[in-house]
Amino acid sequence: MATKRTIEVALSTSGLDAEGRPQRVPLVVDGGGSVTTLEAPPALEPELEGEHMLLNLGPQHPATHGVLRLVLELDGETVVRCIPHVGYLHCGFEKIGEYRQYNQIIPWTDREDYLNSPGNNVAFALGAERLFGIDITPRCTVLRVIAMELSRIISHLVWLGTTCIDIGAFTPFLWAFQERERVYNLLEGWVGARLTTSLTRVGGMAADIPDGWMDGLNSFVKTFPKTIAEVDKMVTRNGIWVGRTIGIGAMSADEAVNYGLSGSMVRAAGVAYDVRKDFPYLEYETYDFEVPVGSAGDVYDRFLVRMEELRQSVRILEQASKRLPDGPVNVDDARVILPPKSKATSEMESMIHHFKQVMEGPRPPAGESYVAVESPKGEKGYYMVSDGTSKPVRWRIRPPSYVNLSAIPKMVEGHLLSDVIAINASIDIVMGEIDR
Amino acid sequence: MTDVLPGVHALLLAADPQGPMNFWPWLVFTAIKMLVFFTIYMLGVAYLTLAERKISAWIQHRHGPNRVGWSGFMQPLADGVKNFMKEETMPPYVNKALFVLAPMLAFIPAMTVWAVIPWGAPWASPWGRVEMVLADLPIGFLFIIAIASLGVYGIVLAGWSSNNKYALLGGLRSSAQMVSYEISMGLSLIPILLFTGNVTLSSVVNSQASMHMWNVLTLSIAFLLYFISAFAETNRLPFDMPEAESELITGYHTEYSAMKFSLFFIAEYANMATQSAMLATLFFGGWDVPFTQADNTGAVSFPLVLLSMALMMAKTLFFLFVYIWVRWTLPRFRYDQLMSLGWKILLPTGLGYIIVVASLMLGLDAAGIERGFVYGLIFLGVNIVLVALFMVFLDRGKILSAAYGRASIGELQRLRDITTSRTRLSTTAGD
Repeated sequence: MATKRTIEVALSTSGLDAEGRPQRVPLVVDGGGSVTTLEAPPALEPELEGEHMLLNLGPQHPATHGVLRLVLELDGETVVRCIPHVGYLHCGFEKIGEYRQYNQIIPWTDREDYLNSPGNNVAFALGAERLFGIDITPRCTVLRVIAMELSRIISHLVWLGTTCIDIGAFTPFLWAFQERERVYNLLEGWVGARLTTSLTRVGGMAADIPDGWMDGLNSFVKTFPKTIAEVDKMVTRNGIWVGRTIGIGAMSADEAVNYGLSGSMVRAAGVAYDVRKDFPYLEYETYDFEVPVGSAGDVYDRFLVRMEELRQSVRILEQASKRLPDGPVNVDDARVILPPKSKATSEMESMIHHFKQVMEGPRPPAGESYVAVESPKGEKGYYMVSDGTSKPVRWRIRPPSYVNLSAIPKMVEGHLLSDVIAINASIDIVMGEIDR
Repeated sequence: MTDVLPGVHALLLAADPQGPMNFWPWLVFTAIKMLVFFTIYMLGVAYLTLAERKISAWIQHRHGPNRVGWSGFMQPLADGVKNFMKEETMPPYVNKALFVLAPMLAFIPAMTVWAVIPWGAPWASPWGRVEMVLADLPIGFLFIIAIASLGVYGIVLAGWSSNNKYALLGGLRSSAQMVSYEISMGLSLIPILLFTGNVTLSSVVNSQASMHMWNVLTLSIAFLLYFISAFAETNRLPFDMPEAESELITGYHTEYSAMKFSLFFIAEYANMATQSAMLATLFFGGWDVPFTQADNTGAVSFPLVLLSMALMMAKTLFFLFVYIWVRWTLPRFRYDQLMSLGWKILLPTGLGYIIVVASLMLGLDAAGIERGFVYGLIFLGVNIVLVALFMVFLDRGKILSAAYGRASIGELQRLRDITTSRTRLSTTAGD
């Protein structure tokens, strides 16, 4: 006999309860998975009683940054209740990862937070290397720092542009995207890909930087702050911008910590938590940069914090480009690194090695590893468990956007519909990462 | 045929160049004016869309449309053809009659007001005096306000009939917004009425010419109020609440497609053109050729007419450029901020300004100062003081402060203190 269980479904269109909220309708789910409603289906024309309006903001809406769906209960234009719905972009990355070798998972990390592909690649490689017990070369360390900071700039530029659009200023969007194109040109020169870079490999990088690449980076680092300054002039002290952002979606430091927020969200609330400073990786402790911290945790503070992070990323890039050492990029570890192609086609041992590497993949010792990095959205973690085979038995992402998004009902309730858009933009979500 | 012949005869007859025309020449000239003005208008509105795209491209460091014709010059034509060819969609459960009627209601008033705007000095033709305006109505700008306010019906009905919540919110916002800002717009016109003693636009132009000073100098506050209200009336950024593409998809015309959408689009640009022409006429001397009196004493020769028309056109185009420039520079207000700006700042300012202007005029008339340059200079002095006060009062360190550089911590705290007091509206129900 199929077991039946009753669950409450959040919202129905059938009517309002005593408090003026939409009624919760009990649904019965039987073992076969089919859902039957205990109630008569709602009439086509719902009765026009009650004051509140339900508004589906998304999944198809220009300002929900993908396929986020917010069910808003509006009193006039004031939000009484907000229920976020996620999952429209679920791809099962983590499950797919269980059937892929470690290097084969790297292209999947490109696609979850697709604005931060190089950063994800680096973070995953760090996790896998911890599992393998590999120490990467000094040149690789600096190159990875450059990759992470470039991807932070890309991601923050998209955030900046879309936030400006969401608050009505269209022009900074295109300025930001022009700068972003320059970063993508750099990445294209490095690995050939722009958006989905797959930049790293376990134990090294997919490629060393080509000759003259650092010149391109240096010219970007020189001219990019001018664009930030220009956007600053356009919006930072603009009366309308300030009026739209100050005091909107404020989170106190306690609330931000209790909700598990990270990244710019928690820093804007006044908590100076930055994984790069607190749990350094890639020798970040040796770089001279500051962690901007806000005070009120509102949309305006998040804006200021992220703008400052752009400048700090430029500082890190400057330092990294000065200290980039010569030497090999990949570790000298036959477990993970392929032999040179010339040897693989001429020497028997190298050919066997190459064949085993490609067909079976590198095998880490049994164990588990967790690596957290400061992604542009917040603390991003990769957790992987190995049973000694070439594929992880479990791979799990700690998505900062998802945790940050969970605070949206707290932030938007009581604000106007226009503020929902501003707050949502300030969280800086990427649905690929949230739904995975 | 017998009727036509005397008409042709009268057309050939010479008349007093300063006097009124006979019926038949009047009919012919009116027909010609209608053709010319509305052709220019419709083409101008079409090319305004191209101008918007080109200017925004210039502001945003890109090329803009450059595929169709020379540098994209034929783009409006291609857009027009596209809009005719596209499918007309009609969502289920719409109120069909109103859904179809709404774009027309938005479009027709936008077209109509164009008829009363004077485009040049009257021409002393051999057939009599030809006014360079389609209809020099005795009710002048009252007509423009009355007709332009009808446009809101199109938007409200579009929002209501679309069976779409976003469209409904857009319609609600626009009705509140346009009704509010019409009041401040009307109030900003009263000082001009006091100055001119008449509401016809040609006498507004002539009164500015006789004072040797544009109304923007003598009635600066009224200009500021009108300028702000004009943006709100045309639903342009920073007041494009009814559309607010990032919040309400595209607001009231979310459900419209093809030519019905295009009518809303044209209506928006047509309203922009009308308001720009109004700004030029009411506050910037209209077609008056500066530093000359010849064009104000009566009908003038044809080259002078063309010169005056070119001046008027240049002023109108300048304000159209300002519209576009502002749109691609500023962020959008929030709905409640917009309403409080309208009701709490513009409305009291407008009322107070009427009192100031009226009492100043009374005083100057009692002192026996002629309406002329000195009269204007006194008003200019008073207005400089008033504008300074208005900026301090309206600004209070947040609206008109320099949007430049990074704010200091102390300034941020001050801004925050001002704003936090009125965020988080109280909710009637819920937790």
